[in-house]
Amino acid sequence: MVALLSWLAPVLLLLVWEAAAQLGRIPPHLLPAPSKVARTAFHLAVHGSLLHDLGISLLRAAAGFAIGGSIGFALGTAVGFSRIAEALIDRSVQMIRAIPFLALLPLVIVWLGVGEAEKIFLVALGVTFPIYINTTLGIRQVDPKLLELGRVQGLGTAAMIRRIVLPGALPSVLTGVRYALATAWLALVVAETIGADAGIGFLAMDAREFLRTDVIFLTILIYALIGVSADWVARRLERRLLAWHPNFASPGGR
Amino acid sequence: MSALPPAVRVVNLVRRYGGRTVLNDLNLRIERGEFVVLLGESGCGKTTLLRALAGLDHVQGGRIEAPRRPAMVFQEHRLLPWDPLWRNVALGLQAADARARAEAALAEVGLGGRLDDWPRNLSGGQAQRVALARALVQKPELLLLDEPFAALDALTRIRMHALVKQLVARHRPAVLLVTHDVDEAIALADRILVMREGAIAAGYFVSDARDPLALRQSLLAELGVTTFA
Repeated sequence: MVALLSWLAPVLLLLVWEAAAQLGRIPPHLLPAPSKVARTAFHLAVHGSLLHDLGISLLRAAAGFAIGGSIGFALGTAVGFSRIAEALIDRSVQMIRAIPFLALLPLVIVWLGVGEAEKIFLVALGVTFPIYINTTLGIRQVDPKLLELGRVQGLGTAAMIRRIVLPGALPSVLTGVRYALATAWLALVVAETIGADAGIGFLAMDAREFLRTDVIFLTILIYALIGVSADWVARRLERRLLAWHPNFASPGGR
Repeated sequence: MSALPPAVRVVNLVRRYGGRTVLNDLNLRIERGEFVVLLGESGCGKTTLLRALAGLDHVQGGRIEAPRRPAMVFQEHRLLPWDPLWRNVALGLQAADARARAEAALAEVGLGGRLDDWPRNLSGGQAQRVALARALVQKPELLLLDEPFAALDALTRIRMHALVKQLVARHRPAVLLVTHDVDEAIALADRILVMREGAIAAGYFVSDARDPLALRQSLLAELGVTTFA
């Protein structure tokens, strides 16, 4: 009942908005009616390029995430394990990290032009640091007593990493993944807004040219939905992979 | 005792931390299948000796002859929280039938039905029983126990003593148990050693003692505890 109550305000707002738009109280080129946005969504999906653009955006995000995630995880693992790797790598990474990565956009455009490479690069850049930091942290936080146990049980280096270090670091790595998903979307929105010939951001900028606020609203909504679903997937992943962890255990399960 | 070589022979062992000598020319011999309990005050070097035997610590002098891979149970259970019980027990076990052997070992400690359960669902005593299973599944010639029952409540501890006795009788490893608890020593040991200032100060065969109470008195006296009996 209380859960239902929390939906009262948003639904009411939507109804008032719809009513005001229907009665012509708000100019449609500033604020289109929700029903109009829904119709536009349907129309673009069936007759337009909505699904194609959505696919392009998702592909960019996935590619950038894969590249940035791999680099962040590899560097984080090396630094987590080895003091020498830390001495060689960590200061440089921390210095680059001090730059808000979106500030590099003009430079990235000069280097790579306005194209797929630039967008994927920007996403990868945003993803690398949260993964790097949380991987390093996770490995550092592995209980030394468990490592000692591994030695007593006669584990070799590979088994030690597989059975003790990586599982121990996993909760922290997954936290990094969730942060990285958020920055990946931010990077994608910015990169696609600056210049693109396809993708959700392109759809939005194209619609701006023609004052199609209904399409702009639609793209904003899509970005929000994708962000929410990505976070949902990450949470499911945590729940699954960390079933052993008291903080993620489903109640009553084992 | 026998013509067989002993399970453990330690000769003139020396270990220093900074300027402090923790093990001072220590000599020790444990026969095969013998249950030896090491008593001593905190800081007398008994845990250092155990860790040296486990190969977890290096020493500055002397010689250790011990099985290459002794099994060890620590004061904390040290179960991997991300592995179900059977995977914990089978940790380091290189055998095709690892799960079956883990199952048998868990059954021996009375947790046979909980192969796929998580460590977080165990009580302290149950977790320590799994740690025992994990040690014994390796079929060790030498079992090292570092105050494994110190964190348990008194009743659970007594149950654990009975279980350890039973398991040791079946598997016959040589055992070296470190503890503060004089009664635990008398309940479990074939031989009790008192350690002081990095060396073995006294030894008692429990079977020689006609009166356990008198043995208890002598041990407490060795440890510097005066009682009014």
